[in-house]
Amino acid sequence: MMSSLPLLLPQLPPFLPLLIGSLAAIFLRGHLRSAIMLITPIWGAIQLSGMEHGLYWAFEFMGYQLEPVRVDKLSMVFGYLFHLAAFIAVVYALHLKDTVQHVAGLSYAASAVGAVFAGDLLTLFVFWELLALTSVFLVWARRTDRAYSAGLRYIMIKVLSGVLLLAGAIIFINETGSARFSDIGLEHDGILNLGAWLIFLAFGIKCAFPFLHTWLTDAYPEATPTGTIFLASFTTKVAVYALARGYAGTELLVWIGVTMACFPIFYAVIENDLRRVLAYSMINQVGFMVVGVGIGTSLALNGAVAHAFNDVIFKGLLMMTMGAVLHMTGKINGSELGGLYKSMPKTTLLCIIGAASISAFPLFSGFVSKSMIMSAAIAEGYDYIWLALLFAAAGVFHHAGIKIPYFAFFAHDSGIRTTEPPKNMLIAMGIAAVLCVIIGTFPAQTVYALLPWEVEYQPYDITHVLTQLQLLFFSALAFVWLNSKNMYPPELPSTNLDADWLYRKLAPSFVVPIYYSVIQGIGKLESAAKGGINQLINSSYDKDKEKPKGYFAKLWPTETMVFWVALLLVGILLLYYI
Amino acid sequence: MSKEQNKPDFFDKPENIAKIIKVFYVICAVLVIVDFIVHRHIYHDWENIPAFYAIYGFVGCVILVLIAKAMRKVLMKKEDYYDE
Repeated sequence: MMSSLPLLLPQLPPFLPLLIGSLAAIFLRGHLRSAIMLITPIWGAIQLSGMEHGLYWAFEFMGYQLEPVRVDKLSMVFGYLFHLAAFIAVVYALHLKDTVQHVAGLSYAASAVGAVFAGDLLTLFVFWELLALTSVFLVWARRTDRAYSAGLRYIMIKVLSGVLLLAGAIIFINETGSARFSDIGLEHDGILNLGAWLIFLAFGIKCAFPFLHTWLTDAYPEATPTGTIFLASFTTKVAVYALARGYAGTELLVWIGVTMACFPIFYAVIENDLRRVLAYSMINQVGFMVVGVGIGTSLALNGAVAHAFNDVIFKGLLMMTMGAVLHMTGKINGSELGGLYKSMPKTTLLCIIGAASISAFPLFSGFVSKSMIMSAAIAEGYDYIWLALLFAAAGVFHHAGIKIPYFAFFAHDSGIRTTEPPKNMLIAMGIAAVLCVIIGTFPAQTVYALLPWEVEYQPYDITHVLTQLQLLFFSALAFVWLNSKNMYPPELPSTNLDADWLYRKLAPSFVVPIYYSVIQGIGKLESAAKGGINQLINSSYDKDKEKPKGYFAKLWPTETMVFWVALLLVGILLLYYI
Repeated sequence: MSKEQNKPDFFDKPENIAKIIKVFYVICAVLVIVDFIVHRHIYHDWENIPAFYAIYGFVGCVILVLIAKAMRKVLMKKEDYYDE
């Protein structure tokens, strides 16, 4: 039955069902809209399962072959993942009446699917820009001043990424004669290398490389409770896909990735906004994936893909539980929350499952994918990288595994009394939680079965389980000990400076004065020039007598001529003697 | 319902918290003891240190928190810092 079902459907580009869902959200209302929005991700996934590997709808454009849809194992994993993520996010947002969010959410998901199936660089660019343009509405839909300006900063950085991609793609296509998006790498000669670097940088912005990451920690926590679930699922994962496709085995990525895995955990410890804590932890998780892509062996790449798959689900789950807290209490700062387990016991349990998964507890999903990347790092002799990743793994447990549930649901009782979130939110969180446990317990039948590269890996042996438990329990011990000694930093209402300070404070502090002084300078110069010209005119024309004032203007032209000829002759005479 | 929520709960009683923490300490101790009994596979020389992962996890997290606390002195600003 299931295998014949895809054959009954008309074959469409993979992104189309989700796009149709978003169009339906514009025109339909009520239960019909909800039903269509729920059906489209399922329809899309079934359609995908019926697609053979290969190229579809290829055509010629300005002498280059464009391949708008390319189906292979790598694009397929991400295709399934994005349909699953879209389904969960739609369920989570089902109670909303806000059409903008429904339309933006589904068309954003459609763009992500389009991007991972894009076979050439130009198609990739189109979906790359659509990702930015559709997602920003999920930030703006919060309808606060902060969200509005965060959205503006977000879209500017995203458009910059798109422009870099286009510029790099044009150079690359022009130099190689092919528009196909496959392995690019960073080792080329001349102008081709510039193209490769531009594309790399474009991917790096969306992947939240260090110093290019601030759009994420700035905008995601300002989005709506439901919008953040969509945001957390797609953009960075498309970027990981693009790096895995174009730059697998680029050693620079190992170093970038390990930096991404390590620095955000410090910020996460002192951040007060719990959704921003999760945004930092997202960069940390993406860092693991980037390391995997950089190592570039089959095991490492599979680990990166598997971790992207799991991260969408467990990070989505954590974001959903915090979204539920925000939705029900209107608060999200750790300093204002606490003791919510009494009013939201189910949400608390779901949050703990998400926390266990991101911390990579055995039998939860993070364990089966993170350990692949760690094993690959040690197998390839990246000793210090491995050590740093181990530190990052302990740090994840500290801020995402303990801090999030502890400060929201336990800690001191904030006195807030509320109820569980709407049923659809609970169901969405429940689906994600069940998936975390199923994937963590039966990896071979679930996520491993989808992985693109052939390699045997067994996460469950005594060494892995024991060492991971030691690492996690003693990280927790550090938390307990620091808390008992009152050394753990309390949650404080604050803003922590990050790289966005450069363009939100530093640059304006001298660019704005420079701008105004330049404007002023130009104004002064202009008035001085005008004054000078006026003076010149006044001094050379007698208005009363209505004739010019100058000596030569009083003479006849012949008289003037005689004067100049005389002068010329004198000059020649003088030159003659010299 | 709200009355029920205001009753002192399982987690409100210090003796229950103390019990949980005791159990937690026992698990930590057991994990270290197991390290000496079970032969775990060694992929790297550093792993030969007894209870390497336990020590690394604990020390790593303490250092993480202490550095993060120190970072606050430089990085922490008022909540409306960017809105001014």
